Amino acid sequence: MAVIRTLAARVTARLIAGFARLATGVYGDWRGCPPALNQRVYFANHTSHGDFVLIWTVLSGRARRQTRPVAAADYWNVPGLRRFIGAHVFNALLIDRQAGGSSAIAAMADALAQGNSLIIFPEGTRNTGDTPLLPLRSGIHHLARTCPTVEFVPVWIDNISRVMPKGELLPVPLLCSVIFGQPISVAPDEPREQFLDRARQALLQLKPGEGP
Amino acid sequence: MTNLTDRQWLLDHPTLVLFAGLGLVLLIATAIGRTLGLIHGNTPTIDNLNQRIDAWWIMVAAMGVAFIFGLTGLVILFALLSFWALREFLTLTPTRHGDHSSLLLLFFVGLPVQYLLVWQEWYGLYSIFLPVYGFLVLAIAATLRGDTENFLQRVSFVQWGMMICIYFISHVPALVTLPLASGRSSDGLLLIAFLVIVVQGSDVLQYIFGKLFGRHPVSPRLSPSKTWEGLIGGIASATLLGAALWWITPFSVPVAAGMAFVICVTGFFGGLVLSAIKRDRGVKDWGRMIRGHGGILDRLDSVIFAAPVFLHLTRYWYTI
Repeated sequence: MAVIRTLAARVTARLIAGFARLATGVYGDWRGCPPALNQRVYFANHTSHGDFVLIWTVLSGRARRQTRPVAAADYWNVPGLRRFIGAHVFNALLIDRQAGGSSAIAAMADALAQGNSLIIFPEGTRNTGDTPLLPLRSGIHHLARTCPTVEFVPVWIDNISRVMPKGELLPVPLLCSVIFGQPISVAPDEPREQFLDRARQALLQLKPGEGP
Repeated sequence: MTNLTDRQWLLDHPTLVLFAGLGLVLLIATAIGRTLGLIHGNTPTIDNLNQRIDAWWIMVAAMGVAFIFGLTGLVILFALLSFWALREFLTLTPTRHGDHSSLLLLFFVGLPVQYLLVWQEWYGLYSIFLPVYGFLVLAIAATLRGDTENFLQRVSFVQWGMMICIYFISHVPALVTLPLASGRSSDGLLLIAFLVIVVQGSDVLQYIFGKLFGRHPVSPRLSPSKTWEGLIGGIASATLLGAALWWITPFSVPVAAGMAFVICVTGFFGGLVLSAIKRDRGVKDWGRMIRGHGGILDRLDSVIFAAPVFLHLTRYWYTI
């Protein structure tokens, strides 16, 4: 049974990645670091439910298996298809949003200690407004302090908010890209605000220019 | 077989002869590209040259498969090319949430209906469907969303995408539907071969002449790689190439040369106009779908401008 489920999960993973490529032509732009298997925390802007699928699609097969998206348990831990996709296809690290920040950081640090990489969205929620990026929550600072040896890679996901704007039923098949920046890490005595600002700038720098 | 019947057989199968010739040209190009790589090492220019040649194999193969299926194959191939071109074009345009229904209409109604009309060989409707009704519907759809910020600019971008990526490209498969005097549908296929070989040959020859002799840029602000030497050498040799292909067309040798010249000149301006749009959008290539060439639009820019002109000239003088 477990074998069948693993096989089904692998096949579903391929199908989802294939569909993401077909619909969005998604392309990984490794501008600031190579697509290596180093242990990393990918932190990205968050505008749609498809965000972690896109990051995950442009990772190589082995990097995909060791990289776990961090997601909300109340959304993904529902019996049936969602749990199968969340837990088995994406091997998501599910966080209980009611349990408080420190237990979430502990769970992430635990996953990193086991050798996994993580995908996080430090804005904490989907950005559906006109501003390019919401203020970052402090969780990323705690995590960087707890795991100082891990590379924190800024990731800008471009265009997916145009593919499927809030409240629309059908996606427009525009091209999306996932841009990886230079890894950052927290300095030993760096104040929280300064690190959050640096992380924010690292993300915004990757955003492709809006033409005149 | 005697010599005479051999020649007769070749004349009866011009498509095969043509593709065999293209294969031969590509074989020679591949050999030259790889040899250059062995002699000079893989410099970026030689790498790019070899990537371009490799991509040509795939493009010629795709055309070959489409030719086997005739009008239906070409309609499907060019509908796909339109789809990929449209998404490259619209990805680089500053549309807003208020354009969502326009974009959906263009991708999922305008594009398939236009190619359906070409497939139905309905000249009267496919030549006005997008420029008249598509234009009106896109303007109305954008208005209904009530977003007036940069309204004219946004609507124009979408309408340009419609014309460039769907309407003009659809004129390539439409060449098959022309009622030529000979009455053979395979002659329509060969018109497409003539257009594509001349226009792409002109691009390639301009590139070669430019790389070998290029000194004086035509329009440094638009496209630094286009030079007068490349332009004149490329267009002159592609015009000769077109004249040499007279036997696959309904044209006489001088008319074939004239048609080829018109195709090369309109194609050149197509490349220039699309370069201007790229500069305006701040990018070097439209996309990265074809290795070494850039995006679909980087390869189709000259075909887009040449196809409708070639279709109308041929339709006016050579159809019944």
